Amino acid sequence: MDQTFEPRKIELPVTGIHCDACAAAIEESLLALSGVRRARVNPASERAFVEYDPAAASTSTLVEAIRAAGYDVGSAKAHLAIEDVHCASCVQKVEGVLRATPGVRGATFSLATEEVTVEYRPGQVDLAGLRHAVEQAGYRVRHEWDRAAAPSAGETAAGETAAGAEKEREYRRLRSKFVLAAIISVPVLVVSYPSFLPGLKGLSPETIRLLWALTALVVLPVLVYSGGHFFTGAWYAFRHRSADMNTLIALGISAAWLYSAVAVAFPAVFPEGTAEPFFDVVAVVVALVVLGQVLELRAKGRASEAIKKLMGLQAKTARVVRDGIELDLPVEEVLVDDIIVVRPGEKVPVDGLVVEGHSSVDESMITGEPIPVEKSDGDEVIGATINKTGSFRFRATKVGKDTALAQIVRMVQEAQGSKAPIQRLVDVVAGYFVPTVMLVAIASFVVWFVAGPQPSLTYALVTAVTVLIIACPCALGLATPMSLMVGVGKAAEKGILIRNGEALQQAQALNTVVLDKTGTITLGKPTLTDVVTSDGFAETDVVRLAASVERSSEHPLAQAIVDGAHDRGYDLIDPEGFEAIPGRGVTARVDGSRLDLGNLAYMRELQVEVGALEDRSVSLADQGKTPMFVAVDRRAAGIVAVADVVKDDSRRAIRHLQEMGLDVIMITGDNRRTAEAIAREVGISRVLAEVLPKDKAHQVHLLQAEGKKVAMVGDGINDAPALAQADVGLAIGTGTDVAIEASDITLITGSLRGVAVAVEVSRATMRNIKQNLIGAFVYNTAGIPVAAGVLYPLFGSLLSPLIAGAAMALSSVTVVTNANRLRLFEPKGLAPAGPAAPAGTTSREVSA
Amino acid sequence: MNAWDVIVILAGLGAGGLIVWYFWLSSSSGVRVSTVEGVQELTVVVKGGYSPDTIVVQHGRPVRLNFNRQESASCSEMVLFPDFDRSALLPEGAVVPIEFTPEAPGEYGFQCQMGMFKGRLIVE
Repeated sequence: MDQTFEPRKIELPVTGIHCDACAAAIEESLLALSGVRRARVNPASERAFVEYDPAAASTSTLVEAIRAAGYDVGSAKAHLAIEDVHCASCVQKVEGVLRATPGVRGATFSLATEEVTVEYRPGQVDLAGLRHAVEQAGYRVRHEWDRAAAPSAGETAAGETAAGAEKEREYRRLRSKFVLAAIISVPVLVVSYPSFLPGLKGLSPETIRLLWALTALVVLPVLVYSGGHFFTGAWYAFRHRSADMNTLIALGISAAWLYSAVAVAFPAVFPEGTAEPFFDVVAVVVALVVLGQVLELRAKGRASEAIKKLMGLQAKTARVVRDGIELDLPVEEVLVDDIIVVRPGEKVPVDGLVVEGHSSVDESMITGEPIPVEKSDGDEVIGATINKTGSFRFRATKVGKDTALAQIVRMVQEAQGSKAPIQRLVDVVAGYFVPTVMLVAIASFVVWFVAGPQPSLTYALVTAVTVLIIACPCALGLATPMSLMVGVGKAAEKGILIRNGEALQQAQALNTVVLDKTGTITLGKPTLTDVVTSDGFAETDVVRLAASVERSSEHPLAQAIVDGAHDRGYDLIDPEGFEAIPGRGVTARVDGSRLDLGNLAYMRELQVEVGALEDRSVSLADQGKTPMFVAVDRRAAGIVAVADVVKDDSRRAIRHLQEMGLDVIMITGDNRRTAEAIAREVGISRVLAEVLPKDKAHQVHLLQAEGKKVAMVGDGINDAPALAQADVGLAIGTGTDVAIEASDITLITGSLRGVAVAVEVSRATMRNIKQNLIGAFVYNTAGIPVAAGVLYPLFGSLLSPLIAGAAMALSSVTVVTNANRLRLFEPKGLAPAGPAAPAGTTSREVSA
Repeated sequence: MNAWDVIVILAGLGAGGLIVWYFWLSSSSGVRVSTVEGVQELTVVVKGGYSPDTIVVQHGRPVRLNFNRQESASCSEMVLFPDFDRSALLPEGAVVPIEFTPEAPGEYGFQCQMGMFKGRLIVE
């Protein structure tokens, strides 16, 4: 095909793809068009990626081709927030100009949100085009986001920024409400207790009454402005046949004000001594409760810091190479298969595979792993990580909402919004709580009025108002969600993704951890571990020669030997006449000598005298390793042994789990000898060996039948059934694939330390939730009866409504603050490691 | 016990009865969602509760509920559908869609995170 055209790439949403075959049919139909160079359809994301020559094909011909294959092109939706649109005619103008733009199917403006929702054909017009059209009409676009194609992390970040600005406004609004209420409270308090103040002591009852009447008016702004939201909130809730904190506060302060106003205006109506106002209650309670809300808002902002931090990681731009030119593009416009350049100190914008260059990359922000990771050709890089030393180019494999970061953000948000089973109790209580408090207030009023001491009306009113004010449904309702939010965020910071509140609650109750061996305890790929040499041969030669032969082999064990030689910095020689003898070994000529590499049977066939090497090979095999003899010109030169080595920190992580009181069990399909060798190395005493993959779930079930709460740790693919069977399934993440379906918890780093950390975080979070719940329950169940005056017969005094207001404000702030304490929690499982041995490789020289 | 005592007792009982009836015993009737282009779509206004708070949908078809929060009370800033593992943060003024497909008929709840506001989703 002609390569001179300037190719254009677009991504089209396709509807109705259900199978790979459909995807292939669409690709075929697209590729049949002249001008289409490449077409790829992803059935999972329902998108077609097309590269075409705009001179020969157009978006409409592409759309027709997709329709001809029997599918349709969906439209994308974008939201544009527009400034200063206030009138109906402006609305029509904005909608009109958008509808007139080619590619736009529809535009609807909402005055309430000041946002226009645009349905458009991607490819024909893009976000920049939409923005341009609006600006042509004379309006400014505050921000825009594309719901179909846009990056979730970016989108939610935009949403979060908007939410953040809204929170800030709300904070200022509440703060000025508090300031007004506080300022007015001071004179009102003074006037309410004239007998305590020297200046007011001498005033006549008439003057005092006049002062009180004035106070009634002065308090009104507090009711209307500072406490206005209690009334509107209560009213909206009432219309929905529900009642909340607003209902209680609104009832309490309005009862106090009305009683006081009537008492001041018509003192004669009341029995002797009861015509005293409580305007101080109105002003001070509003001031205190609003202050509580101000503090709560601030504390809540801190609680969601983890997710904000994650979203802030998203790179803004990417340096994309298109047609040989480096372009700085917004990260939203990066497409799959784009080649991206990353220089030292820059952020990796999206997920991909390195195609050129090498560098070390700091992945700590995603994986929690503090040591930078070396990257070269073919290695996976994760978006939002930071390139340290070198420059490299990589091919984008995941963009937008598919990147690891976007998935992490989504998972964390979902988990933070989920419910822990412990919350169910609270839900039941919450449904009855507020109306019950109102009933208690009424009962208290009636009892004090009928059976209480004189002046009974005053006592009745004070107790009823105090009951309404002291009750705090917020403390109860906030208890679980706040801690869950902080706990899940904390875990995410450490590279642990907890799927939901249920997983978190289950993890806390675990007593048994089943670890898959391959890939979980071990690296999951063979590594050169031991080199044994015969007299007259140096280790260098044995490894170098063995690796040179194996260079031509494709066996995974061969690769391990080649890698081992590379790690030691040896230069390899090209072998000649390579031949593999199945079940025996390999042979080739290297440097003019005949070289043989294989098992004992092969050596016997060749009549190579192995001597003392045979004993060494048996002992290596006993350690679960695979020994291979090396012979040079039919003389035994030594042994190279290969094994799947234990990850650096597995042993420590397992010991830590055991110290936490968890039973650690290893499960593997390997033979018992190999399995037990590894188990001994990492300190595990119970081994389930020779378990077929399909029986792993059954083994987990048997452990559960022993009454154990079992966590299964595995790779999420082969171990999926066992992960699902376990009380908590923990999947070891592999690079950018973080949303592992079968798992309750995903460990982004491959390290087993994550298991201990997950359990620790869960335990700490559940402990925190319980503290909050117990605190809130005790507060309400003790506070309400005290407010109703049950202690009066003992002490002869009542709880002041002012103190009730302070207690109420304090209780919900306390809950949020306690949840925030979790942010300081540092799991012990992540304590800095001691000097670690490099990659578990040991080599010994033994005289044979 | 004088006349005032009797009046207060009766008024208290009456008010208590009203509270029990209004908040617990009565319930509102549902709003049936119409289907547009295969999606059952409905706007739910969040202001002191959910309007509508009882939503009737068909099973097996995707449901999209556009939540529009028109208040700043922090209680309602998150909406949860625990049975469908869906939740969303609702910034004041923004329209936030929640999408899922109810597979089995039955009655499901949705609520704010603290459980103060509640709604019912009836799947037929």
